[in-house]
Amino acid sequence: MTNLPATETIIEITYLIATALFILSLKWLSSPKTARRGVFAGEIGMFLAIVGTLLHHGIVEYKWILIALVLGTIIGVPLGEVAMTAVPQRTALSHAFGALCVTLVGTAEFYLRTPEVPPFMMGVLSLEVILGSLTFTGSLMAAGKLQEVLPQRPITYKGQNVVNLGLLGVAIVVAGILVAHPEKTQLFPLIVGIPLVFGVMMIVPIGGADMPTVISLLNSYAGLSAAAMGFVLQSKLLIIAGALDGASGFILSVNMSKAMNRSFSNVLFGAFGQEQPSAVAGGQQARPVRSATPEEAAGILAAANKVVIVPGYGMAVAQAQHKVRELYDALTKRGVDVKFGIHPVAGRMPGHMNVLLAEADIPYDKLLDMDEINGDFPQTDVALVIGANDVTNPAARTDHSSPIFGMPILDVDKARTVMVIKRSMAAGFAGIDNPLYYLDKTLMLFGDAKSFVGSIVRELGGGHE
Amino acid sequence: MKLDLLTSLYVFMLAAFIGFEVIRRVSPLLHTPLMSLTNALDAIAVVGAIILAGEYHAHGALLAKILGTIAIVAATSNIVGGFLITDRMLRMFKASGPKKP
Repeated sequence: MTNLPATETIIEITYLIATALFILSLKWLSSPKTARRGVFAGEIGMFLAIVGTLLHHGIVEYKWILIALVLGTIIGVPLGEVAMTAVPQRTALSHAFGALCVTLVGTAEFYLRTPEVPPFMMGVLSLEVILGSLTFTGSLMAAGKLQEVLPQRPITYKGQNVVNLGLLGVAIVVAGILVAHPEKTQLFPLIVGIPLVFGVMMIVPIGGADMPTVISLLNSYAGLSAAAMGFVLQSKLLIIAGALDGASGFILSVNMSKAMNRSFSNVLFGAFGQEQPSAVAGGQQARPVRSATPEEAAGILAAANKVVIVPGYGMAVAQAQHKVRELYDALTKRGVDVKFGIHPVAGRMPGHMNVLLAEADIPYDKLLDMDEINGDFPQTDVALVIGANDVTNPAARTDHSSPIFGMPILDVDKARTVMVIKRSMAAGFAGIDNPLYYLDKTLMLFGDAKSFVGSIVRELGGGHE
Repeated sequence: MKLDLLTSLYVFMLAAFIGFEVIRRVSPLLHTPLMSLTNALDAIAVVGAIILAGEYHAHGALLAKILGTIAIVAATSNIVGGFLITDRMLRMFKASGPKKP
């Protein structure tokens, strides 16, 4: 150890370069102009680190490593080729894979090292496998809900939080015992198994609209578990990569929580979905709304100078983004200024709407964040809401009794005319009635987002049909 | 190269600060690619899995080999899939330039 052999020095240098490239990679991601360079830097860094590791003199057998690398590539390629609408579940799945890797390595390390595991080492090893296993099943559950193979509605029962926290508490106590007595190998399966169950239980009460926060949180856990693995393996590279990922997930989680005006604990333990039956019932009274046909909507849009389109998860579900692009083209051709107002939690993961609209070839400088667009609404002729509900609900600003009071919203109600494409008058995810729909300036456009936008485009004489 | 506990903590703390500063500057426009990129970078855990699967172990060799190999598969699929999809997404982000014909 005192005198490093030459190859070991080379390996350490590849790790050093990889670390620098990883940081640059994230730095370049700050702007769409340099972002692709960032991916390239990350790829080079990863390649160097893997080649460097393969040079490691302690490696005596390469056969299985190479088979695994090839197999991983075979699985990875289709995961990189999924449709853009499937990106949220793909992301959740990749959090699960990352956590699986960390948990397996941690488990093997424990059995290789026991009974001589120093207390600190046992502590981080426990953290690694606890975070890793709960992220593994939690992410699989999230992916299942996003892919709709599992029910999306939150499932709650009495005492749920007590049960969940109790489970986690037991796992932490067992980890504590192992720190004191690392030779009690029979206890180890508990700090893998209990968090696996906890991961499932944690996601059961989570509903679709909470997914952006939950995915970010799982991202953060995956990063932290990898950093813990870095402590166990005493690898600076892994500690740094894990810390970067953990920080990223943490920042996104905070952003998402702020955008919903809820705390972490509220997202994890709150189960928004079915708490306001009274609000739903109250909304069912027949209050008058004004509705319009595609012809009328097209006429109003064509006469406008400034239009802001507000997309939500409904647009993704209806796969309407390409029709929206045709609408954007038709209006732009007529000299209408069209922008998009995007709420941080619109969709199922952070940035979801931006990716879908970019896929449909809408220039990114037309995609504006909530803070950038909100000042524009008073000068906007038409705000067109497509498949978004709660993020446009003015009750969040005015109604102190509303469950979403205080949540930052897109101020579409300040535009001269508001048009809302919606299937029916059913309440949104939070189960809250939206007073926006009853305003005199609001026109409801009832129908499927894709076909309705398509009809408007036909009226405007655009489209590719 | 062995690290002591305190050095590890220093490294973690500094990396976390850098992470916060760098990632705060990422535009919300790119938050989805950010997540898939950090996911790919995080799969650097493959390095630990490779050593686990390839090193000589006096006891527990079979366990290390099996778990290490599965771990490599999981991490590699994240690396390949993560970089691929991040680049695919970023290719789609175009500024509004001169209109296409």
